[in-house]
Amino acid sequence: MRLLEAIRSAFSAILANALRSLLTMLGIVIGVAAVITMVAIGSGARNLVDWQIRSLGANLAIVTPGNVTQGGARLGAGAASTLTDEDAQAIRREVDGVVAAAPFVQGAAQVVAGGSNWGTRIYGIDLDWFEAREWEVADGRSFDPEELRRGDIVIILGQTVARNLFGEEDPLDKTVRVRNVPFRVIGVMAPKGQSAFGQDQDDVIFVPLDAGRRRVIGRNYAKDGSVGSIFVKFANEQDIEPGIESITHLLRQRHRVVGEQEDDFAIRNLTEIANTASASANTLSILLAAVAAVSLLVGGIGIMNIMLVSVTERTREIGLRLAVGARPRDILSQFLIEATTLSTIGGGLGVALGAGAAYLVAQMAGWPSLVSTNAIVIAVGFSALVGIFFGFYPASRAAKLDPIEALRRE
Amino acid sequence: MALIETRALGRVYDLDAGRVVALDHVSLDIDEGDFVAVMGPSGSGKSTFMNLIGCLDKPSSGQYRLAGTAVETLDANGLARLRNREIGFVFQQFNLLPRTDALGNVALPMIYAGVDRKARQDRALKALGRVGLADRHHHRPMQLSGGQQQRVAIARALVNSPSLLLADEPTGALDSRTANEILGLFQELNREGVTIVLVTHDADVGRHARRLIRFKDGKVIEDHRQTPLDARDHLGAESAA
Repeated sequence: MRLLEAIRSAFSAILANALRSLLTMLGIVIGVAAVITMVAIGSGARNLVDWQIRSLGANLAIVTPGNVTQGGARLGAGAASTLTDEDAQAIRREVDGVVAAAPFVQGAAQVVAGGSNWGTRIYGIDLDWFEAREWEVADGRSFDPEELRRGDIVIILGQTVARNLFGEEDPLDKTVRVRNVPFRVIGVMAPKGQSAFGQDQDDVIFVPLDAGRRRVIGRNYAKDGSVGSIFVKFANEQDIEPGIESITHLLRQRHRVVGEQEDDFAIRNLTEIANTASASANTLSILLAAVAAVSLLVGGIGIMNIMLVSVTERTREIGLRLAVGARPRDILSQFLIEATTLSTIGGGLGVALGAGAAYLVAQMAGWPSLVSTNAIVIAVGFSALVGIFFGFYPASRAAKLDPIEALRRE
Repeated sequence: MALIETRALGRVYDLDAGRVVALDHVSLDIDEGDFVAVMGPSGSGKSTFMNLIGCLDKPSSGQYRLAGTAVETLDANGLARLRNREIGFVFQQFNLLPRTDALGNVALPMIYAGVDRKARQDRALKALGRVGLADRHHHRPMQLSGGQQQRVAIARALVNSPSLLLADEPTGALDSRTANEILGLFQELNREGVTIVLVTHDADVGRHARRLIRFKDGKVIEDHRQTPLDARDHLGAESAA
């Protein structure tokens, strides 16, 4: 009750010098705004990374074909398909911590269904692929092992493809033609959304690996069970690094790459790639944190300064309050509450400004940002602490005033 | 019964220029219900005396009992409590809070007495009524005349029903007619039982008290009872003229 009254009288004291109070708050406002923006962008970036990993599949590495040297000419990466089904099986079998090794082929394809057609990416996969990418069929069913073994001409559509070809219609059991091969639709994938690079991941179709190799994607996949790339999923993040080493060793052996010869494949840790995205966000965060710390310090000193002025200006008032029975600690708490109210209002304004800035950054840089309740509570709490800390010295000076001296002061 | 008892009360200031004896072994009693004028030129010790009996300062030596409490033993909080409960101050410069209305100014001492908001309002209004300003309770000090401001200050001094009203040159900033009104108010309050100690250098003001104590060089040099001048007569004479 007393506190509420003290806050009310603090408000009237602050309003009595509205402009001065506002200018005093500015440091706190900027500091808190920086904190809020920083946290918003930081957690936005973290979310982005989490989401990237989630949408890619966690703990994932990809094995791609590497350079091939043919008669002294070094062909570029991917020039030849050096990877095979057997490589994938060997990885699954022999490398520790591997949960799934998904060989796949990919290409571009035009899909026709009745009167409409749609250009999209086609993947020839096996069941490990869905596991590696942590992706599931939403409607219908996935491939069964027999279909995969035989390379049946069945197809699973991504959401975007299903929508563009069939609209509101149910695509299940309909026939779509890819390169004049009639595929029967057995399922539609769950939506996956955009990739980290802005690609629509739902704009895709899946067929059994063998069907893809033999009937639609052509190239030189048809021979000897070769594949485009292999996704390798590990059980834990710690398994990835040693796993990649084992795979390298294994594939060099299998491909008979010896001595100083270059690998004819490349392995990338996709989780690590996603993690690097957070690095630049972290740099920005540290910069903003420095700005925040400095402005909170400057803001706090500003509050201390203005409170000292206020104590001097109101010396007679303090004297009178002491004369009518205020104890020193009543005076102390009065000025402390005033400083704290000042800094807390500044904190509130800072939160508003910071949320606005975070929104702008999100809009302009396309960077997702997230203003959390936690950040707001911490920011306002912190600015209140700044008020208490920097208000204490002026307040204790007020409390130590001698009533006789104070009353005599002009 | 004596409200104020001082025994060999002394106050010494240690200044750079040396020791200054502001008050030198003053022993006197002031009864409950009395109206005392404390007089003397500046530097006589009357202000020091007022600060001591007002519990704003602590004596260097001697004893002081106010309403039975040994003041010299109290710490800062104890003194604050005693000022709050037992003493009402009236100053030459009124010392009202400029941004607060009359009601808020009068209610101020009750905040420190822990009186709740509703009761503060009621009692402040009653105190303003007692000084004839019930209709001005929402005016700010700037909107009131000097005399009215001093009445607000008196209402503030009375609001915690203190045993002592301590006035320091209360008419010093007022014209003679307004000063007379304020003195009349003091006499009226005194008739109602309020004990008043009035510090002044003005002999005319001093003549309105029932007892006169004169200080010089930190000592009491004169202390006698007198027939007070009635402020109402003076007012009557003035309005008749």
